[in-house]
Amino acid sequence: MHADPIGVLTGAHFIDGDHACSEGAIAAGCRFVAGYPITPSTEVVERIAERFPFVGGVFIQMEDEIASSIAIQGAVWGGKKAMTVTSGPGFSLMMEHIGLAAMTETPCVFVDVQRAGPSTGLPTMPAQGDMMQARWGSHGDYQIIAIVPNSPQECFDLTIHAFNLSERYRVPVMMMMDECVGHMIERVVIPSADKIEVHNRKVYDGPKESYRAFETGRDLVPSMVKAGDGYRIHVTGLTHDEKGYPDMSVSAQGKLVQRLMDKIRIHTDDIVMYKEEDVEGADVVVVSFGITSRTAIPAIEQAKAKGLKVGHLRLVVVWPFPEKRIRELAGKVKSIVVPELNMGQIVYEVERCAAGKCNVVSVPHAGGTVHQPKDIFAAIEKSLRGT
Amino acid sequence: MPEELYDIETTIPSNPIEEFLRMDRMPHIWCPGCGIGTTVNCFVRALQTSGLDLDKVAVVSGIGCTGRVAGYMNLDSFHTTHGRAIPFATGLKLANPELKVVVYSGDGDLTAIGGNHFIHAARRNMDLTVILINNMIYGMTGGQAAPTTPVGATASTTPHGNFEETFNLPFLAESCGAVYVARWTAHHVRHLTKSIKEALAKKGFSFVEILAPCPTLYSRRNKLGDGLDQMEFYRDNSEIKNGADTKTVTLDFQGKITVGKFVDKERPTYIEAMNQHYQKKYGERYVPSDEMRKHFHA
Amino acid sequence: MAQVAEQTKKAKGSVVIAAERCKGCGFCVEFCPPEVLELSTEYNSKGYHTPVLAKRDLCTGCDICGMVCPDFAIYGYIIKKKTKEA
Repeated sequence: MHADPIGVLTGAHFIDGDHACSEGAIAAGCRFVAGYPITPSTEVVERIAERFPFVGGVFIQMEDEIASSIAIQGAVWGGKKAMTVTSGPGFSLMMEHIGLAAMTETPCVFVDVQRAGPSTGLPTMPAQGDMMQARWGSHGDYQIIAIVPNSPQECFDLTIHAFNLSERYRVPVMMMMDECVGHMIERVVIPSADKIEVHNRKVYDGPKESYRAFETGRDLVPSMVKAGDGYRIHVTGLTHDEKGYPDMSVSAQGKLVQRLMDKIRIHTDDIVMYKEEDVEGADVVVVSFGITSRTAIPAIEQAKAKGLKVGHLRLVVVWPFPEKRIRELAGKVKSIVVPELNMGQIVYEVERCAAGKCNVVSVPHAGGTVHQPKDIFAAIEKSLRGT
Repeated sequence: MPEELYDIETTIPSNPIEEFLRMDRMPHIWCPGCGIGTTVNCFVRALQTSGLDLDKVAVVSGIGCTGRVAGYMNLDSFHTTHGRAIPFATGLKLANPELKVVVYSGDGDLTAIGGNHFIHAARRNMDLTVILINNMIYGMTGGQAAPTTPVGATASTTPHGNFEETFNLPFLAESCGAVYVARWTAHHVRHLTKSIKEALAKKGFSFVEILAPCPTLYSRRNKLGDGLDQMEFYRDNSEIKNGADTKTVTLDFQGKITVGKFVDKERPTYIEAMNQHYQKKYGERYVPSDEMRKHFHA
Repeated sequence: MAQVAEQTKKAKGSVVIAAERCKGCGFCVEFCPPEVLELSTEYNSKGYHTPVLAKRDLCTGCDICGMVCPDFAIYGYIIKKKTKEA
């Protein structure tokens, strides 16, 4: 189905990534946002606060990130599409509720406009240091989807995609922006509403007696209802059975956790998203994501000018990680170079999947600013030595 | 057959509260003599005569013994994280103001870890009915001290006796802006039922504190007997003082218990304030959500 | 299985006791206004002494027992009387 035109500001805009994210959410049909101010994400909710009264949305600035991250889940069970927005310190506070959303299969979007950490770090400066946290930050075993835009245009497009994935798979989706992408101002083209694909959760509307809130078919995604529809549902963070009732047994735990993991695993091929350039026949592939993918470009061009065969694989969906493609590539190339605005996080995934079949070189950075292309270039050259 | 039985109507009415409970999950997990079930009984009876459409009543609980109430209610029910029932309920209510959202949780859950959310929801006058069961302890996890554990009482984390001053919950609620504040004990079943009914009907942040026995931990550790002994204590030491100044209703260890309806006032709810504000400022340009629109023109 | 207390012509009300759900807390016995309940010497399968309607003539069907029971194991009701045809 298509976007509701009331929320779509069709036209060409000159806005930053944060604002583009707000517009993407509105176009996707998000009508509840609970947030708490934190640099460099605040502009997202500020724009939402401005726009929502004219598009039928409700925005509330909650007392903290913990409240925000669960208020959105209450709103989802009340029938809305909902999102919250934060940066590193707030993301850490939200971890318990990311786990709750995964456990109760509550579709919602968490935007993390990453800044340099750890702790208070550099509030106004970029980093990509929350990438592992996005995947593993909450306790226990669960799956999430994490998307990384590299431009304000992508902040618009991929926020819509984040909502669509979240609704389709009933899973919390992390929009991993960074301060650079969030605060850079670029041209953002918003198409007409009829060109924007919007996906809604599978809704059950059958007889009340036969409804099992967490029973699924082969796609492992249960159909959803909302409070007030008369289904008298019970939703709990405790390990539960198909009715949603707490079940304190080892078998229920095995069944539920396995399904929550498989729910994303079996759809990985549909979910992974990456953009490749000149990867075929390359000796070195640079695997990058977010703002770093843009600083990698001049480095790759410089390497190509020197006669090196360099390809670029830009991850758009980082979690689930495109294991299959990296495994495949590792068998064909001499080295993979992974620049990231952190001390090495996604490089571990690349190493794991490469399984020693090629050289894997990390290009870490403590954050605060973007890489110098010359450092990525140096890593590309170095990665070929001894191969 | 004895003659005296001939004239009697032989159909026995089934327990009318059973349709409000998930009977397929009975018996519940609460201990013998625990007062939580008693409060649920009263809550159900209040619902029975409230005139509310049960399909539109949602119960949100946190974690703890009282947190398990959501799981036993045959209503849309949400068993959320520790301390966070109120913000979840806030989101639920704002998404669909037609819902009657009841938060049913314990003293530790709502005022320790949940304290921040409690005070802000009261400040905002969020339209929620908050039923707080105060057993003065963290029961589920084995009897640790709560912000409501009286001075001098023993708990597992205050094995030498508690020396921290407690919260005076009615005072806290009133000072944060709650429009309805009452305290009863599990013994005061009739008053309690009436109070819950009033709180349900009241718009805004309505708060009912209910003292209930925790025989297994609070009473046992403090050598206060069992649940029945604690209920008798409530009966013999409670004083009903409707309209009392909430500053004066602090609970001391085995001291006098002031119960009653302390606050019942009016002020705009969050939703009313929000809609009035935008309506006034933007008139026709303001686009409330469909659910908000329905709520105001119902 | 609920035990239905025997009704009498004189009693205004009676009780139904779901003995298997009872945990023998004693609230109903203590707080029954006409004091018609007693804890039985029998046990249920969990080992709890459950209440019985000892003074069935005096039960008013007020359902205070039902309100105060934490286990939903007892409720009182008012007996509907019908007159015997002459």
